[in-house]
Amino acid sequence: MARMKFLCDADRCIECNACVTACKNEHEVPWGINRRRVVTINDGKPGERSVTMACMHCTDAPCAAVCPVNCFYTTADAVVLHSKDLCIGCGYCFYACPFGAPQYPRVGNFGSRGKMDKCTFCAGGPEADNTEAEFVKYGTNRLAEGKLPLCAEMCSTKSLLAGDGEIIAQIYRERVVKRGYGSGAWGWRTAYRETIAT
Amino acid sequence: MTAFLARIRAAVGVLALLAIVVSVTPSSAQQQKNPDGSVNPTASSVQEEQLFKEMNRITGRCTLPDQKACTLEQPAGRDWRYFHQVTLPWIAAIAIIAMLAILTLFYLFRGMVKIEQGRSGRTIVRFNALERFVHWMTAVCFIILALSGLNITFGKSLLLPLIGPEAFTDWSQWAKYAHNYLSFPFTIGVVLIFLMWIAGNLPSRGDIAWLKDGGGIVGDAHPPAQRFNAGQKMIYWIVVIGGTAVAVTGYLLMFPFWGTSIVGMQTAQVIHGIVGALFVAAMLGHIYIGTIGMEGAFEAMGSGTVDENWAKQHHSLWLEEEKAKGNIAGAPPPGRMQPAE
Repeated sequence: MARMKFLCDADRCIECNACVTACKNEHEVPWGINRRRVVTINDGKPGERSVTMACMHCTDAPCAAVCPVNCFYTTADAVVLHSKDLCIGCGYCFYACPFGAPQYPRVGNFGSRGKMDKCTFCAGGPEADNTEAEFVKYGTNRLAEGKLPLCAEMCSTKSLLAGDGEIIAQIYRERVVKRGYGSGAWGWRTAYRETIAT
Repeated sequence: MTAFLARIRAAVGVLALLAIVVSVTPSSAQQQKNPDGSVNPTASSVQEEQLFKEMNRITGRCTLPDQKACTLEQPAGRDWRYFHQVTLPWIAAIAIIAMLAILTLFYLFRGMVKIEQGRSGRTIVRFNALERFVHWMTAVCFIILALSGLNITFGKSLLLPLIGPEAFTDWSQWAKYAHNYLSFPFTIGVVLIFLMWIAGNLPSRGDIAWLKDGGGIVGDAHPPAQRFNAGQKMIYWIVVIGGTAVAVTGYLLMFPFWGTSIVGMQTAQVIHGIVGALFVAAMLGHIYIGTIGMEGAFEAMGSGTVDENWAKQHHSLWLEEEKAKGNIAGAPPPGRMQPAE
């Protein structure tokens, strides 16, 4: 099986936010929740780079480790998913996540945050694939249809890559060799404890 | 000759300065070159590694209304994860199991501390209805808060395998609601306990002597004590200080980002977890002495009255005071005339 990963080639990201919009539209993510976001580092300064970030589907995911009800599971494709039926909305995954991925529909009234929501790598949840119940809770399940995450699929500069870690790392490596520079695979060391040697 | 040396010194100084400037200059935006050797301005970029070295998180600008989303990476959660998964379970398990072991051994060797002279049959009011109400309100809340809190740390390894994920989620969801809402009566109880009993719980001279004599529970001595002895004063301050600590950190967690950042909430959880676990251990000791550890002690919080001989044994100075006030049936208080009928 593939080991699914995201890779943002920051030297290509033009901060168009199409990935954010695509995600919100595809999964009908509620107002106030952004499964994906674009952050610009050193904005307006030399060396400015934009990075699109969502759940990185970490190896040995911290969210899954700290969850007090064990609602997380990892698929055969190494995608980190969770069950909204089991989630109690305690917020611990949010304390542990290095990427700020977990979000809650309600914030702040006596700790009733509601069920956690995060990027699913377009792989749905524990319900049967592409059912109404799955869509309402987690959005579409593109992986079950043989498609890759929509954010990466419609990235206009192909900055955001999603797919098997080996393959996207190879694509990135070739780009770096060809153009002679690369600002690195953002988040990889934190998420996967490895980085792409170029 | 001196002029020549001075010139050499100046030259060396300039070189040293240059070396410093050059070694410091490599900035976050490094100039990189194209494969053909020409400088490529777009190749200079901010580096993730460099940003991590500068601070423990990477923040930028984003267009979302929620500006917290502009934090790109914060690996600090790794330390918190280690605390939550390893450190806290160990601290809590050791504190609670050690306390239970000590109490069990103590009970086996010492047994229940009896009223030595037997019951006199005369009783004296120790805690009035309000005091008992506040005590039990706080106590009931504490027990539920402790169980639902321990569930967050130990539930998934102890209870989840027994009852299955669905039942465990249902229970944990209710436990979480109970934990959040019962915090309010608990906090009110802690405040009332603080106000109600502060007068009797300030440290006094007799406390050291009382502790030296083992408080009458370790040895056979019965050192004199006021209404609250040094051991009870310790419980009082554990409740007041520990209760305040768990309440403050708990409310910080209950209202995310109200005056806290994510690091603030991680810290609050660390304090909440450690204090909570030690609090549970301390209260186990309190429950022991109040029930099977000492004959006649439970009545103080049960019916509110204690036997005179119990009071004489454990709170002799307090008994004298109460007698002086005439709050006990029996011998008339000395130095006061009985009204003539």
